[in-house]
Amino acid sequence: MTSLLDQTIHQAHQGLRDKKFSAVELTEACLKQIDAHNAGLNVYVTVTREQGLASARLVDAKIAKGEEIGTLEGIPAGIKDIFNTRGVRTTCCSPGLTNFVPPYDGTAIARLKEQGLVMLGKTNLDEFACGSSTESSCFGVTKNPWDVTKVAGGSSGGSAAAVSAGMGFYALGTDTGGSIRQPASLCSVVGLKVTYGRVSRFGVTSLASSWDTIGPLGKTVEDVALVLGAMAGHDPHDATTPDVPVPDYVAFKDGVKGLKIGLPKEYFGEGLDPEVGEAIRVAVKELEKQGASVKKISLPMTKYCIAAYYVTMPAELSTNLARFDGIRFGNKPDDEGEELIDYYMNQRGAAFGDEIKRRIMVGTYVLSAGYFDAYYRKGQRVRTKIIQDFERAFSEVDVICAPVSPFPAFGIGEKADDPLAMYLADVMTIPASTAGIPALSVPCGFTKPSKTAPKGLPVGLQIMGPQFSENLILKVGHAYEQATEWHKQKSPIFA
Amino acid sequence: MSLTPEQVRHVAKLARLRLSDAEVEKFSGQLSAILDYVAILNEVDTEGVQPTSQVTGLENVTREDAVRGTVGFGTPGELLACSPLPKDRDQIRVKPVF
Repeated sequence: MTSLLDQTIHQAHQGLRDKKFSAVELTEACLKQIDAHNAGLNVYVTVTREQGLASARLVDAKIAKGEEIGTLEGIPAGIKDIFNTRGVRTTCCSPGLTNFVPPYDGTAIARLKEQGLVMLGKTNLDEFACGSSTESSCFGVTKNPWDVTKVAGGSSGGSAAAVSAGMGFYALGTDTGGSIRQPASLCSVVGLKVTYGRVSRFGVTSLASSWDTIGPLGKTVEDVALVLGAMAGHDPHDATTPDVPVPDYVAFKDGVKGLKIGLPKEYFGEGLDPEVGEAIRVAVKELEKQGASVKKISLPMTKYCIAAYYVTMPAELSTNLARFDGIRFGNKPDDEGEELIDYYMNQRGAAFGDEIKRRIMVGTYVLSAGYFDAYYRKGQRVRTKIIQDFERAFSEVDVICAPVSPFPAFGIGEKADDPLAMYLADVMTIPASTAGIPALSVPCGFTKPSKTAPKGLPVGLQIMGPQFSENLILKVGHAYEQATEWHKQKSPIFA
Repeated sequence: MSLTPEQVRHVAKLARLRLSDAEVEKFSGQLSAILDYVAILNEVDTEGVQPTSQVTGLENVTREDAVRGTVGFGTPGELLACSPLPKDRDQIRVKPVF
């Protein structure tokens, strides 16, 4: 059974075409992993067994009739529970939305369904995608398949753990300040944050409208590239998707010879775990061996990125969450109150967890009269200077390499009581989000094994590129991956 | 930047969030710490720097004000069914405003 799971998307596709196994068998292999391990790891919030198998049977019927199938057809996947999936509960892991069933599919889901998506279920996340550990989910934390005493990262912890634990061939996530890259890095899977606007966000609950992106997680760079190609492109339902052509993301031509890689000194200072730093340095050496050249660069605005983010993002979040008032959707409060204002206050008081309340209040404060210029406008101006940092850097180098996270997976509960400490975990992922540029996380090693982490804890290499350079950073990631064995390492859960 | 409990209650009311006294006290400390941290932005000289509202460079993305295609986002019945409140002649019945 597990040999079925130990395949790339392309290998699984070939197997389906060659009738070595069926789409139903692939789906049942994933479901068997879910049955065995979901209770322990808390990866899936909702498992769509019947719907998944029904989709798989449709694909098998096509194959039996001798019809051609697309590369993603019949390939089982997990979907972060922030994507609207018609008829299937979509909770954003928030107390107020535990019963919300969307009447439509978002664009990314619709595009994948057209290409034969087999949906295994909805994966766990930090409430409304706000977090770096999945601990703020109303359904509890997702445990890291490499060490169950550690977090799987966040906010797309469920999606990263699903791929890492063989509970799906790929998964969808969202990345606003690092929420695909960081859990991917902590779980040893590939995760891609796209250029802002590369993939339609229609039908995905908004966190911060000028920062949100959606993207794929998978076992290999090629897998991630395939899923990206299936979803990317202009969407008339999302006015922030520029009409930029979608290239063939799996073309991977010409390797990295002559590529100029920038290493920003600000990402390698104090606070970087030595084992993480070493893994990154060794990874970059591998790219040099393949013909790339490395240049030390400086991104002086790096130290201001977290502050710029935690001023403007909560402001945008507070606006986006204003719609959650228990009127058109959401749960009623126990005490509906006498007047509308009491209904709102009671409903929202019960609908949101602590982290969401904190961020809504920070956002409301910085947008309020008298503070708007000092905080929100200031944050937006600093954002401009951060963008200029990257523009200058990309005039000197082609891509920028760096760690994804200053440390590997941390202990469950370790940072849960210190919101600011949790925010500082995003120091290396927020900058790319600020500039709206794409960034890939690809497995590049492990820390020393320990009693709870028999294979060590994963480390991810971050590869950033200019806007709409996904094909370049995917090519670099693929070249690195194929020269190493990290992608073949399986988590202890992967029996 | 220390937020008083009064300020926290005021912001919570603006955001339509009912907070218990214990929550007000807890959030006062946490919010103050966050606002203290973001004050680091004052170190940055932003004289003459334009604020960034969006990173795509797109302007005035519009469309014809016409019903497009048959792709549904839910029938009226399906959309009303999402509401937890009583329905009356295709309308959602809410508490009185005052």
